[in-house]
Amino acid sequence: MATSPAAAVARPAGLAGRMGGGIARGMAIGYLSLIVLVPLAALVWSSRANGLGTFWDEVTKAEAASALKLTVVVSLLVAAFNAMAGTAIAWVLVRDSFPGKGFANAVIDLPFALPTIVAGLVLLELYGPNSPFGVDLAFQRTGLVLALLFVTLPFVVRAVQPVLLELDREMEEAAASLGARRFDVFRRIVFPNLLPAILSGVALAFARAVGEFGSVVLISGNIPFKTEVSSVYISGQIESGNAAGAAAVSVVLLLISLAVLLAIGAFRHWMTRDR
Amino acid sequence: MIGKWALRLGALGYLAFLLLVPVGLVFYRTFEHSFHPAWAAVTNPQALHALWLTLLIAAIAVPLNTLFGVTLAIALVRHRFPGRELVNAIVDLPLALSPVVVGLSLYLLYGTSGWLSGLADHGIKILFALPGMILATIFVSLPFVVREVVPVLREIGTDQEQAAETLGAAPLTVFRRITLPAIRWAVCYGVVLTTARAIGEFGAVSIVSGRIEGKTETLPLYVQSQFEGFNTTGAFAASVVLALIAATTVMAMRLFRPKGEA
Repeated sequence: MATSPAAAVARPAGLAGRMGGGIARGMAIGYLSLIVLVPLAALVWSSRANGLGTFWDEVTKAEAASALKLTVVVSLLVAAFNAMAGTAIAWVLVRDSFPGKGFANAVIDLPFALPTIVAGLVLLELYGPNSPFGVDLAFQRTGLVLALLFVTLPFVVRAVQPVLLELDREMEEAAASLGARRFDVFRRIVFPNLLPAILSGVALAFARAVGEFGSVVLISGNIPFKTEVSSVYISGQIESGNAAGAAAVSVVLLLISLAVLLAIGAFRHWMTRDR
Repeated sequence: MIGKWALRLGALGYLAFLLLVPVGLVFYRTFEHSFHPAWAAVTNPQALHALWLTLLIAAIAVPLNTLFGVTLAIALVRHRFPGRELVNAIVDLPLALSPVVVGLSLYLLYGTSGWLSGLADHGIKILFALPGMILATIFVSLPFVVREVVPVLREIGTDQEQAAETLGAAPLTVFRRITLPAIRWAVCYGVVLTTARAIGEFGAVSIVSGRIEGKTETLPLYVQSQFEGFNTTGAFAASVVLALIAATTVMAMRLFRPKGEA
């Protein structure tokens, strides 16, 4: 038996430690289930408690269907706009240089850090009835779009920036020296490299827009069939005591979220496979 | 050259009119007349209670999510166990899910005919009380620490941890002396993100709290109730407090942001 004293002491402690690690892991997974899974299971359970027919009736009810359609269409629009604006902003922040660039870069995080209700309030003040510009976008779909653009701003910018920073400039320089025009260099060399990052940013922005509540609740005015999005519809149904209707629409939003996460997983896979 | 200037102006103009000018205007409107009405609006008992409640909820939710977040990250990166992919997917879910759906799920679970409605019969009040608001906040702010720590753990690998283990260090010592120093900035960054989300949460907390003034009203809920009650001074002043917290958050984010992420 040539065991060193250190190992002899360490072994029992190691076993206890490993067991401790297993217990910690089990507790963490239990915590995750208790916080996230059990409530969502309760939601899905309640949505089908009165039968699938009721679920379907609630989802296809005129006001619910109209809110869902508006939510998806506006979110697609906002996500598509973010694809362009976000890439342009990331480009300016990485490739351009100007005084105050550090500040501009920091400001991108503001929509994340600012509570959504405050975001709605500040937009309403600038673009609502008291606007110093004389525009009034309150209670209109334009106001809704504005609020969603505010809260989804960071996603594409922050997804594209690191990829753009890491991108090897030699390929672009080679293309340029071979006579390619600046736009062609972007389209043929830079853009294909950015695409997976743009798409995963767009997907997150879309998911965020679909579920957004705090920033739209003040500025959109929540007019059924006009500016009422699904999250606001759900909250209204809870307040008027129709939990079944709220649960049915919520399950649809949950399915959209799951689909978006699957898509993001696929984009990530695509991004890492190419390297 | 013209293209470069147009792009720069377009991008910065968009940032200015979408973010800076609106936030700046509310600061201006708050202090337009004088400092005193705004100060009075955020130091009345109802506003102070809302601020206190917001900080209390964050003070409970953030440490819990940090502790379990680091544990979950280590489990996801360092261990193979059945259902690992599922756990990985569930961690991301709060990022993509509407806060209203989160609120409703808790409402249905702990409400009158929910699976855990029995708790209320035993005098444990979850809904329309502090525990429900804490649960909602933990739910929405759960992913951030995990998501920041996972890539760092992957990058540092297991060489040093294994070396320490071979030399006889107990797992807890390995964690404290090797793993924790390597992930500490990622944990800090995750904590900043978690705190920001916990303080600002509106939708989920709005549903589970029942919005009882002076009892279950957090500062973001206070902003809405004051605005809808036509007390714009109160709503603006509370917004300024939250915006100042947000500005501090943004600065902390710059401090702790992982390298290579701009």
